[in-house]
Amino acid sequence: MTEYKVLSGSDAVARGVRLSRVGVIAAYPITPQTHIIERLAERIEAGEYNAQFIPVESEHSAMSAVIGASLTGVRAFTATASQGLLYMIEMLYRAAGARAPLVLALANRTLGPPRNIRAERTDLMATRDTGFLIFFAKNNQEALDMVIQAYKVAENRDVLMPALVSLEGFILTHTYAGVKIPDQEIVDEFLPPYKPPVYLDPKRPLTMGNPMPPNMHHEYRIDFHKRLLNAKELIKKAAKEREKLTGRFTGDLIETYMLEDADVVLVSMGTIAEEMEVAVDKLREDGIKAGSLRVRVFRPFPEEEIRELLAGRKHVFVFTRSLSPGSVGNGGQLAMEIKASLYELGDDEKPKIHDVLVGLGGKDVPYSDLVKIVKGVI
Amino acid sequence: MVEFDIKPIRVTNEELIENRFSNILKGNHACAGCGGTLAMRIISKAFGRNVIYVIPASCSSVRQGFIPKSAMACPVFNTAFASAAAVASGIAAALKYQGRDDVVPVVRAGDGGTVDIGLATLSGAAERQTNMIYVCYDNEEYGNTGYQRSGATPPGARTTTTPIKGKREFKKPVPVLMADHGVPYVATASIGYVPDMYKKAYRARRQIKNGFRYIHVHFTCPPGRGTDPRDCVGLAKLAVDTGLRPLYEVINGKRYLNGISKKQYLEPDKYMKPVEEYLKYQRRYRGYTEEDVELLNRYRDRYRDLIKRHVKYTNPELEEI
Repeated sequence: MTEYKVLSGSDAVARGVRLSRVGVIAAYPITPQTHIIERLAERIEAGEYNAQFIPVESEHSAMSAVIGASLTGVRAFTATASQGLLYMIEMLYRAAGARAPLVLALANRTLGPPRNIRAERTDLMATRDTGFLIFFAKNNQEALDMVIQAYKVAENRDVLMPALVSLEGFILTHTYAGVKIPDQEIVDEFLPPYKPPVYLDPKRPLTMGNPMPPNMHHEYRIDFHKRLLNAKELIKKAAKEREKLTGRFTGDLIETYMLEDADVVLVSMGTIAEEMEVAVDKLREDGIKAGSLRVRVFRPFPEEEIRELLAGRKHVFVFTRSLSPGSVGNGGQLAMEIKASLYELGDDEKPKIHDVLVGLGGKDVPYSDLVKIVKGVI
Repeated sequence: MVEFDIKPIRVTNEELIENRFSNILKGNHACAGCGGTLAMRIISKAFGRNVIYVIPASCSSVRQGFIPKSAMACPVFNTAFASAAAVASGIAAALKYQGRDDVVPVVRAGDGGTVDIGLATLSGAAERQTNMIYVCYDNEEYGNTGYQRSGATPPGARTTTTPIKGKREFKKPVPVLMADHGVPYVATASIGYVPDMYKKAYRARRQIKNGFRYIHVHFTCPPGRGTDPRDCVGLAKLAVDTGLRPLYEVINGKRYLNGISKKQYLEPDKYMKPVEEYLKYQRRYRGYTEEDVELLNRYRDRYRDLIKRHVKYTNPELEEI
C-alpha cells in the first residue's frame, strides 16, 4: 500500500534518505536546509532509523565526513545551501575525484551579500564543473523520488560518481504538498544495498589519492566526463525500472508539456517549470502554439535530446534563475548550455533563443509574468 | 569518561629493531634522514594492521610515491588539507555502522594541517569524542612547500616567510589545547626518544581502545634545518633535553611528565640544558641573537607554566621510561 502524506520538501527529502537506508549522515545547519537534517537526526535519536549522525563543525567537514563514510563502504548523505555549499566546495571536487557515490541535497538560496535566504540557483551553478550528477526537483514528490534515483545511478559501477539533488529553498523546502511515499519493499527492490567495488579495508590495503603523473591524470580527468555521460542511459533505465515498480514514470533527463506542435517553447528547471505549464495553457488559450521543456538533469546535460526537441521551433525562451556576471547573453547559465546544444543545427532549424533572467534573489515568478514576457516578444 | 586499564609498557630498542612490521615500506619518496618517516614506521609497529590512514596535504602525501605505486602497506585515503579529522569521523561512523570495531581510523597530519588549517576540524572531532587516533607529525614548519612559517614554528626560527628577523611569536600549544578538550589520551613524543614514542603509540592503540586519542610527535627535517641526515635523531633529542619540547601524557585528565622532562621539571638546574646547545646546529637559527635566546627562554618558561597547571598526579609505575 502506497502511503499518502502531506509533506514539506525537506520532509520529502528526509523520507527519501530513510527509504534509501542511508547509513551515515553528516551535516551542519543552514537555512533553508535545516529541516532535512533535523528530521533525520530526530528519527535516529528516537531509535526508529538505524544510521549514524555526525553533527560536524562546518560544511567543509560535513562533505569530508560523508566522503570518508562512503569510501568505507556505507551509503552516505549530507545537505546544505548557499554559503554552506561554497564552504564545502573544495570537498565536492574531492568526492568526485575519490569516486564516492554519496548524495548531497541542496536547498537553493541566494548568495550574499546582501543577506538573503530566498531561492536563487547561482549556488548550484558553482557545482557545475565538480563532476557531480546534478538533479533538479520541481516539486516535493520529485524531491523524494530523486534522492532514491540519485543513489541508484551514482552507485552504478559504470558511473560511481557523487550526486546532487537540488530543490529551491522555501518554495519547496518549506511548502507542504501531497506526496506518495513508496513502500520500503519496493525501494529495497529498486535500490539494493551499496556494494562498492573497493573500499577502505585493512584486509585489502589500497592507497587512494596519492600523487599521479600528469599524462595519467589527463586520462583520469577525461574519464569523469565519460562516466557522467554513461549516466544518461542509466537515468532513463532507472526511470523505467521505477515505473514497473510504482506505476509512475518519474525520472527522465527532461520533461515536456504540449511540445509536439509548439512554435514557442519555454525552457527552465525546478519550480519555474510548473509555472511554465500553466503559462503554456494560457498562451494556447490566446492562440499561441506554446509548449514547455524542463531540464530535469543538469549534469549530465541532455544535449542531444534538447537539440532534437528544439530543432525547427520559432522561439525558445530560457528562464534562468541564476547569473554569471559578465558572461555571454544576459548571463543565464542554462541559456548558455541550451545555445551550445543547438549550435550544430542548420540555420533553417535554429530557433531564436531568448535568455531571460527571472526570480533572482528569490523574487516570485508567477505564470502571469511568463505569459507577459512571451507576449512582449512575439 | 572512557574506562581502561593502564599498565606500564616495557620495550627495548632491540625489540623495536627486531619487529619488522611497518606500514611504510622501503623505496618511499621521503628525503634522506626524514624524521617523519622514522616516526611513522615506529608508530605503525605499535598500531598494527587494523588501521585506516587518513593523510591530508603534507610530506606524507608525497612520501607514498606516484600512482600506480604506493609505499603504504595499509588502506590510505589522501584528503584535502583542512579535512583530515572530519574524514576520519566519517570513517569511524561508517565502521560503527558496519560493526567493524576492530578497525580504527588514524589521521597522520603535519603541523600545518593540525595547528593551522586543520585546527577547527581537529577540535570538532575531539569534542565529538570520535573513536580515532590523531597523530601530528610536527617538524615545526611547512616542510613540503619549502620551509615556511607555521603556527608550530618556535620563536626565533628563520623560515622562508620569516627570513630575516625570524618568527617573533610563540609556538601554538596544541597538545595542551587537546588535553583541555577532555579526551581520554593526549601525548607528546619525540623521535629523540624512540621507545617512549613507541610506548605512547602502543598505549593509544592497545590500552585505550575507545575515544579520541592525540599524539604530537616532534621530529627534525634535515633539509629544513640544514643538518646532516644522520643528525636528525640527535637534534630531536636536544630539543627535549633543552626543555623546549617536553614529553608528557594526559590520560583521562591525569597528567604525567615522562623521563627526562620529569627530571627537568623537578630539578631544572641539573637537567635542563641551555637552549643554545640546540640552536647552534640549525641553519634556521644561524646568527641567532641574545634576543632570540631570551625569547626562547621565555617561551620555555611559559610552556612549563602551562604544563605545571596540568601536572597534578604522579604514578610511579608509568614514569618508568
